[in-house]
Amino acid sequence: MRVRVEQTPLPGIGVRHDLVTSSGRTVGVVSHRNGRRDLVLYDVDDPDACLAAIPLTDDEAEALADVLGASLMLGQLSGLRQQAAGLLTEQVALPAGSPFVGRRLGDTKARTRTSASIVAVLRDREVIASPGPSFVFEANDVVVAVGTRQGLDGVTAILAGDHGD
Amino acid sequence: MHGTTILLIEVGALLFALGMLGRLGRRVGLSPIPLYLLAGLAFGHGGLIPLSASEEFIEIGAEIGVILLLVMLGLEYSASELVGNLRSAAPAGLIDALLNAVPGAGFALLLGWGWQAALVLAGITWVSSSGVIAKVLADLGRLGNRETPVILSVLVIEDLAMAFYLPLVTAVLAGAGLLGGVKALAVAVLTVIAVLVAAIRYGHAISSFMSVKDAEALLLSVLGLTLFVAGVAAELQVSAAVGAFLVGIALSGELAHSAVQMLSPLRDLFAAVFFVFFGLSTDPAAMPPVLLPALGLALLTMLTKVGTGILAARRSGIALPGQVRAGLALMPRGEFSIVIAGLAVASGVEPGLAPLATAYVLITVVSGPLLARLPDYTWFKKFVRRRMAVSRTAEPLPATD
Repeated sequence: MRVRVEQTPLPGIGVRHDLVTSSGRTVGVVSHRNGRRDLVLYDVDDPDACLAAIPLTDDEAEALADVLGASLMLGQLSGLRQQAAGLLTEQVALPAGSPFVGRRLGDTKARTRTSASIVAVLRDREVIASPGPSFVFEANDVVVAVGTRQGLDGVTAILAGDHGD
Repeated sequence: MHGTTILLIEVGALLFALGMLGRLGRRVGLSPIPLYLLAGLAFGHGGLIPLSASEEFIEIGAEIGVILLLVMLGLEYSASELVGNLRSAAPAGLIDALLNAVPGAGFALLLGWGWQAALVLAGITWVSSSGVIAKVLADLGRLGNRETPVILSVLVIEDLAMAFYLPLVTAVLAGAGLLGGVKALAVAVLTVIAVLVAAIRYGHAISSFMSVKDAEALLLSVLGLTLFVAGVAAELQVSAAVGAFLVGIALSGELAHSAVQMLSPLRDLFAAVFFVFFGLSTDPAAMPPVLLPALGLALLTMLTKVGTGILAARRSGIALPGQVRAGLALMPRGEFSIVIAGLAVASGVEPGLAPLATAYVLITVVSGPLLARLPDYTWFKKFVRRRMAVSRTAEPLPATD
């Protein structure tokens, strides 16, 4: 599970981080001292040489990191679903009329009332992993919750604002 | 017309010509260093258009150019980088010194130039040009390559070694003899160690002394400090260049980053003046006789650099193509070789040295970056792959039973 990321100093230039994927390819990032960074891909035949060095701007790097991070988060959640029988993951969209828009996650008391956990919130294609009780919901948030079928239905009901008690 | 107006005209025309040359060079993918040297040759004594009024100005500009080249070199490395990879890279550095300094020294002795000139020529053939090589690696998109850290650490060791070599040469050339040289070397060793320790331990304190916020004040204080320390170092016969290098190392972090940005244009200006000055002080008429020896020396020491790169990369477990790339990349000699030759010229040790050094640097700095591209051609890759396949089958195969 743990991937070894190797760090190599490049005196006068910056540092290089790289890792070998399970498919045998090497990918790396060269971080220049002046803030520039290049994504580098290595040759299969000649693993010492990089095939391409792609310069990324701050925004591009952030976007790429987000995409990779988001796919990772969802991948882990679907893995969890398969691992534990009876435990489900569900994405619940916060309805427009939800009483919790603009309120804190702690206010839902979702875990104590349904024993299901809110493990992430998706907002504008971004993943906010393990939000704390002081996390404030916004309209159009999608909540990722883990729990039993019953518990997840409870979370859906709470967020919709029609939980009985 | 007054002296100053002629000076303005001469310097202006010279700088403008350099700018045009630099642009031309960039178009053909050539480092500007050889072009500046050629321009110097054209303008100097016995050249096409001798400059007379501005000679003194150019001389002082050249002195500042060396100091700025070295302070920028120091700024590019942090003290921990210099010390950090010392242990792992020292063997490669030693191979580098032996393989490349010895041919230079031997060559000078062969020409019957005496031991001072041998010491100087050893330095000229030893040191690769960090500036040219770093630029070539970036241009060829090889910064991510696995052999690149090997190349860079060889360069770091060379640059650090210069901090000890330059004071020795300065003192020896000043006529202090070998004993005086050893004394200057001892002073340099102590100073370098003190600066490195101080920079690692108190780098932040030294740097916070000067504020990053006020650009003007920062420029003046960094430049002032550098020139002051360089002057004091020269007074102690430790070489002005080394003093500047040490200032560069001592400054670190945010301050170093801003200083690099601010000093870069100044460095570009005065370094160009320095290369021109070196060309100026060489008589073009003295070039033809040394051309053949310079070519021979260049061929020999470019081969030894390839050998150095191959050995150094092999030690780090790089495969054959990477070894060849490392070797070819290390070939260009540049600013340091000229700095060393400049010291020799100033002391008048051997009249043939300046033209030889000019021709030598011209040959290596032009052909080096071109040859560094070789491994990117498909025929070369095929050739190396075939060689690898041959060496693989040549290994004893495990016995099949």
